[in-house]
Amino acid sequence: MSATDTTATEYETVIGLEIHVQLATNTKMFCGCALSFGEPPNTRTCPVCLGLPGALPVANAEAIHYGLMMGMALGSTLAPRSIFHRKNYFYPDSPKGYQISQYDEPLCLGGQLGDVRIHRVHLEEDAAKLVHVGASGRLHASDASIVDFNRCGTPLAEIVTEPDLRDASTAAEWLRMLRATLRTLGVSDVNMEEGSLRCDANISIRPVGSTELGTKTELKNMNSFRYIERGIRAEVARQTAIVRAGGQVEQETLHFDPRTEAITSLRSKEEAHDYRYFPEPDLSPVAITPDMLERAQAALPELPLARAERFERDLGLSADSAHLLAFRTELGDFFEAALGENGSQAAEPQPLANWVANELVARLGTDADPAASNVAPGALARLVAMVGAKQVTQGGARQVLDKLVAGGGDPDAIVAAEGLGAVGGSDELAPIVEAALAANPDVADRLRGGEMKPIGVIVGHVMRETKGRADGGEITRLVREQLGL
Amino acid sequence: MTDITALTAKQAADAVASGDLDPTELFEAYRAKAAADDLNAYTWVADAAPAANGVATTPLAGVPLAVKDLFATKGVPSQAGSRILEGYRPPYTASVVERLAQAGAPLLAKTNQDEFAMGSSNENSAYGPVLNPWDRTRVPGGSSGGSAAAVASGSAPWALGTDTGGSIRQPAALTGIVGLKPTYGTVSRYGMIAFASSLDQAGPLTRDVTDAALLYRHMVGQDHCDSTSLQHPEEIVLPTAQRLDGITLGVPEDLTGEGVEAGVLARFEETLKVAEELGAKVVRVALPHADYGLSAYYVIAPAEASSNLSRFDGVRYGKRVDADDLLTMYTTTRHDGFGAEVKRRIMLGTYALSSGYYDAYYGRAQRVRTKIAEDFATAFQTVDFVVTPTAPTVPFKLGSKTSDPLEMYLNDYFTVPISLAGLPAISIPAGLSEGLPVGFQLAGPAFSENRVLDAAHALEQAIGFDATAGRAG
Ligand SMILES: [Zn+2]
Repeated sequence: MSATDTTATEYETVIGLEIHVQLATNTKMFCGCALSFGEPPNTRTCPVCLGLPGALPVANAEAIHYGLMMGMALGSTLAPRSIFHRKNYFYPDSPKGYQISQYDEPLCLGGQLGDVRIHRVHLEEDAAKLVHVGASGRLHASDASIVDFNRCGTPLAEIVTEPDLRDASTAAEWLRMLRATLRTLGVSDVNMEEGSLRCDANISIRPVGSTELGTKTELKNMNSFRYIERGIRAEVARQTAIVRAGGQVEQETLHFDPRTEAITSLRSKEEAHDYRYFPEPDLSPVAITPDMLERAQAALPELPLARAERFERDLGLSADSAHLLAFRTELGDFFEAALGENGSQAAEPQPLANWVANELVARLGTDADPAASNVAPGALARLVAMVGAKQVTQGGARQVLDKLVAGGGDPDAIVAAEGLGAVGGSDELAPIVEAALAANPDVADRLRGGEMKPIGVIVGHVMRETKGRADGGEITRLVREQLGL
Repeated sequence: MTDITALTAKQAADAVASGDLDPTELFEAYRAKAAADDLNAYTWVADAAPAANGVATTPLAGVPLAVKDLFATKGVPSQAGSRILEGYRPPYTASVVERLAQAGAPLLAKTNQDEFAMGSSNENSAYGPVLNPWDRTRVPGGSSGGSAAAVASGSAPWALGTDTGGSIRQPAALTGIVGLKPTYGTVSRYGMIAFASSLDQAGPLTRDVTDAALLYRHMVGQDHCDSTSLQHPEEIVLPTAQRLDGITLGVPEDLTGEGVEAGVLARFEETLKVAEELGAKVVRVALPHADYGLSAYYVIAPAEASSNLSRFDGVRYGKRVDADDLLTMYTTTRHDGFGAEVKRRIMLGTYALSSGYYDAYYGRAQRVRTKIAEDFATAFQTVDFVVTPTAPTVPFKLGSKTSDPLEMYLNDYFTVPISLAGLPAISIPAGLSEGLPVGFQLAGPAFSENRVLDAAHALEQAIGFDATAGRAG
């Protein structure tokens, strides 16, 4: 039993997330520079994002529009007036000596996604990228540091949740839900590896049954779902060990190293910055007009939760299938495309959902977008319809799907060419079953005696004879009929 | 024509437009004077006249412009009077300087100033103090002291300054010229090296009110690079008024008294009499919170400055003192780069914004600011303008106040409340005391520059100030 598992019986974990999302606007948050996608260092800069003396910020209207869309999608209260603050700190990644962020009047307050309440969503600017030259790769003990300002000023939305999460895997799962929502909104690339979605976790533990929050630590910048899960687990284990040993968790900011699983302190509470927040005098307050709200509302696509509800309600999908397809946007899109191309002989939604979520994903890989595969949505729909009409067996259909994945094509043509058509009704199948029983008299006897286990021998025999084109259920039915069971 | 630099900017522009004056000759005449300046008014002077093609048909007809050091000017030193920007030449030009160049006023020179516009005597400059052309043992005021001395001595036809708490009006008063602090937001701040963002405003320093109107006319305009800038609701016109009939001047009853020199008060009262002779009514007006202006100002301005000056960290431009670790590099660069007054204000401001003190200092100062703005709004329901002496004293001796910052801060007693309220105000010469210039300040409601300039023009005509002693300086 691992530490985490025993924790669950004595201590409860409390997790809140802070997610930074790079917005996919055309230009930076406060200047006209285009966003950078790996251009040579310091080629996407101007006096504003370099913090040159005298340069002034101007808020990006598109970023505010995206912020409002996010607030609407999360059910937040949208502030009629929103102001920017300066967060003052010295570091080479911050060319002005302060970051323009939001403080006590953020764009969006409150809200909820799934079971997790949203505390707030605010807009700010990203920092520059520091490259530390030298052995350690960290600022301390590096020979030199080079600053690339291409990223500096990229618009960020920071989403802060309430401490409503209770374990690492739920946290990762919820984050996937958030990511799908943001992707559907089209406000961000939400790519964790590339840093357009970054997650910090505030973690504390408390005795089961307690309603007070324990001292929290902040685990910084975990850049994959896997690391988030592992990082939170490691930190919960660390806190649990401290508390078990009679110690006290200290409030600090931590770094998780996914290679070594080590957790190291970045700074303690005493070292915490006094950011000296004050209203940014270079920017006028943002007044959110009814027109802006209307435009944001009009731009909202159907969100994953609503889509899942629709799948359940209108298509009769199981809750699991509905959620899976809705939150894996690309699977949901493929599923709907397939449904839309249903011909006269329709594929049933639930079997189609199963084929997309199971058979297709198993063949393409978990993260692949089926739209980019050889399988046309209409082809899958046709295949599932053929299975429904018993024109091809499950096993036969799997072989057809293999062919479709490999080289595309038309399922009817593949079935015909490969001779995968199901051995039809009892007329065709009955003599084969009869022959199988005759060939295995001992098995027939045991079946007559009420033992059902050996039926597999008969089914196997028939399958061999039909090259897998017979339906297992139908064989069983015929066996029972012929033996008078 | 004998001395073309004796012309006002407007007269020179008219002469160029009519073909009577060659703009290159005009530029060269000023260039020679600026290069020969011995008041330490300049930090940089152009080494040649720009091409004059077509300039005669522009509104400002090639009349050259001196610009305070803190305006970013492409390729030209722009250090805001500070060592920390040693060697810095910006890759861009401030919007207002660009706008004026487009209107036909080429860059003649950059002028000395108090470091980051923090000061009232121009003694806080990395380039050393500026001397007052009326008396070289005295200060020209600050922080736009170089611009004021340049215009007063006649080595520049006009100049750009900036005013945060009085930095245009007070040096204008102390050098016997005209200085206009416009309504906050009417002139773009893009490219002005910031002192206190919510207060900084660029304005003209000129020989007369007409020149101030002419220059300001081409400074205004919303700038998409400055989100706090706004469109002036009126076109700025040249003043013509000779009378003040129907005008009411309000003398604040809460803003006189101690600290004002007798000679300064005498000139102020004489000017009120002149105004009455021109048809104005003079009344007392209440500004109950104005007396707290300096206290609020010395919280708000340093607070904003402490943040604005964080970018001077040795990483990207200007001075850097190399060190083995980052923190030492920061601290020694800033220690060596900033002067004493700048450090004092950074510390004041940092303290005022600190967690636990914010509400008691910054929060309260902002509430006082709101009250002062409300006082002025109330006052302007009964008076057209609020008038005061611009500064409580005539120019003081160099070094006489440097050891007492609070004494120095009192220079801005009359100018600061107007800055906090974001209102336009002008200082015009109102005669001499002890042979030294005294300024008269006239402030109006937001966007009332046309009225302010008109009233100042009428007074200027009646006063007939003789500036020759300064010009000779
Ligand atoms: Zn930029």
